[in-house]
Amino acid sequence: MKILVMAEHNGTTVESQTLAAIAAGVQIGSVEVLVAGHACSAVAERIAGLEGVERVWLADAPAFASQLAENVAALALELMPRFDAFVAPATSRGKAVAPRVAAILDVMQISDIVAVDGPRVFKRPIYAGNAIQTVESEEPKLVLTVRTSAFRPLGERAHVCEIVPVATVHELGLSELIGSDVVKSDRPELASAKIIVSGGRALRDAETFSRTLAPLADRLGAAIGASRAAVDAGYISNEYQVGQTGKIVAPEIYLAVGISGAIQHLAGMKESRVIIAINSDADAPIFQVADYGLVGDLFEAIPEILKQLAA
Amino acid sequence: MLEIVVQSRIVVLVKQVLDANVRPRVRPDGSGVDLAHLKLSMNPFDEIALEAAIRLKEQGAAQEVVALTVGRGKAQDTLRAALAMGADRSILVESEFELEPLAIAKTVRSVLADIEPVLVIAGKQAIDDDCHQTGQMLAALLGWGQALCASRIALSPDQVEVDCEVDNGRETLRLPLPAVVTTDLRLNTPRSISLPNLMKAKSKPLDIVASSTLGIDVRPRLKIVEVREPPVRSAGVRVHSAAEIAQVLKDLEAA
Ligand SMILES: Cc1cc2nc3c(=O)[nH]c(=O)nc-3n(C[C@H](O)[C@H](O)[C@H](O)COP(=O)(O)OP(=O)(O)OC[C@H]3O[C@@H](n4cnc5c(N)ncnc54)[C@H](O)[C@@H]3O)c2cc1C
Repeated sequence: MKILVMAEHNGTTVESQTLAAIAAGVQIGSVEVLVAGHACSAVAERIAGLEGVERVWLADAPAFASQLAENVAALALELMPRFDAFVAPATSRGKAVAPRVAAILDVMQISDIVAVDGPRVFKRPIYAGNAIQTVESEEPKLVLTVRTSAFRPLGERAHVCEIVPVATVHELGLSELIGSDVVKSDRPELASAKIIVSGGRALRDAETFSRTLAPLADRLGAAIGASRAAVDAGYISNEYQVGQTGKIVAPEIYLAVGISGAIQHLAGMKESRVIIAINSDADAPIFQVADYGLVGDLFEAIPEILKQLAA
Repeated sequence: MLEIVVQSRIVVLVKQVLDANVRPRVRPDGSGVDLAHLKLSMNPFDEIALEAAIRLKEQGAAQEVVALTVGRGKAQDTLRAALAMGADRSILVESEFELEPLAIAKTVRSVLADIEPVLVIAGKQAIDDDCHQTGQMLAALLGWGQALCASRIALSPDQVEVDCEVDNGRETLRLPLPAVVTTDLRLNTPRSISLPNLMKAKSKPLDIVASSTLGIDVRPRLKIVEVREPPVRSAGVRVHSAAEIAQVLKDLEAA
């Protein structure tokens, strides 16, 4: 089977989700990657050196600068006659583009796959991860999005594959990007972090949230995450939300601080390798999934942990 | 005097799902999730979509809000709730079985031809199948633009401006009309339904169209092989001091 994987990138760097989507694609067939953007040849070159990639299609034009879903989907559809499957990471962009591709191909998409059971059989979570569905597609072409935390990215290799330019420009004029407010942080990305320190409603306010959790995150080289309650209360902005409607993460260590463990939150982090929870309520549901649980006041525990780590 | 009013309509797509506060139970035979006798409610993201549409009408940016659902007969309850919240009228496209997003998008497209909305607003995903597809598929089939995961919607006569929540922050999109917008949690807090409004809703129109009369092939494309409970995490240990947590972190870091 020939697979076209959509690359997630910001024009200069390849997001880790792309690597996971490629890893999923390799389990289904032979992978070629579509890079759409403007002045993004560095991205194409990097991807050409990745394990499992057999060809890179580079659509480099001003019309693709903001990677608008309508234009990128039209571009992917132009290439799809050569392919049996379109695979995108389940990122904001992937989730915007893939259903448009599926609808025009007149095939049903399979969203958020977490396992490849066969070339046409996939596992995916439903009901916020409270059930796992196994689905089989007999559609003439597959359209999939990939839950990237479920696939281990492949590495680099010594040789590079060919990069083929795509000349057609798709400028549908159906939407226009007029502003963006992108968060820049020195900390690791939530999606690829090895350790995540995550805070909930108990952190009181933005100042307390940051003053309490930032030193620990810095010490551990961790990303910061949050529950929806913490985001809604304005402690931190929404890109940090973990859960059914936020980021889905699976780090080596997830430290949940003052988070009760609602099912919608668990949906975003329960695949973490080790879960550590600190909560003053011994009955908090977070303890049902925690490998290590401390019942206690976080405002005493966090400073003490920092002190012990320094010792 | 006869006045010709240009109606600017918003169609809101709503879906009836297992209530967000009810824990889903997987049938032991692996055939699916058991919904019998459980509380069904409007998908929370659709409630937000409806609230957004009603507010746009209240601001004068639209004149009519139509709630549309594709589902089984009992989805009428969800449309009654939509009417009680403030939708002016509602349509149920009734089908015997649960339709997939592609079939829903095709069905909606066919129904929209008569309504000619300026905007379709839908939830970004339904919390049962978590597919995150219907709005985008509908937009593609209609050849319209899309703005997903909205946290702000500003509608003017010829365009809509939307703040979209994306992985690394926020993007503001401007779209010509008509267009499809999907909603995220932070767009608004839906109003609760008052008893008088629930009574009033009884007299608002609820049209039922049989899916079979639309001439669309809505048969399922995907085969559900099985549905299982996720693997459970084995129970962990309780530690008794912050020092123990620090030790665990040190050990894990060293590993
Ligand atoms: C459709 C839908 C989607 C949702 N999506 C998400 C999502 O993506 N992500 C998400 O997180 N939520 C989501 N939610 C919300 C979710 O249901 C919970 O409301 C939310 O996760 C609660 O956040 P919390 O644990 O921070 O707050 P709370 O539930 O209020 O928990 C706070 C915890 O802090 C503890 N605590 C208080 N003081 C201290 C102290 N001094 N020391 C230690 N512990 C203390 C308390 O014991 C309590 O357990 C969603 C809900 C719906 C309906």
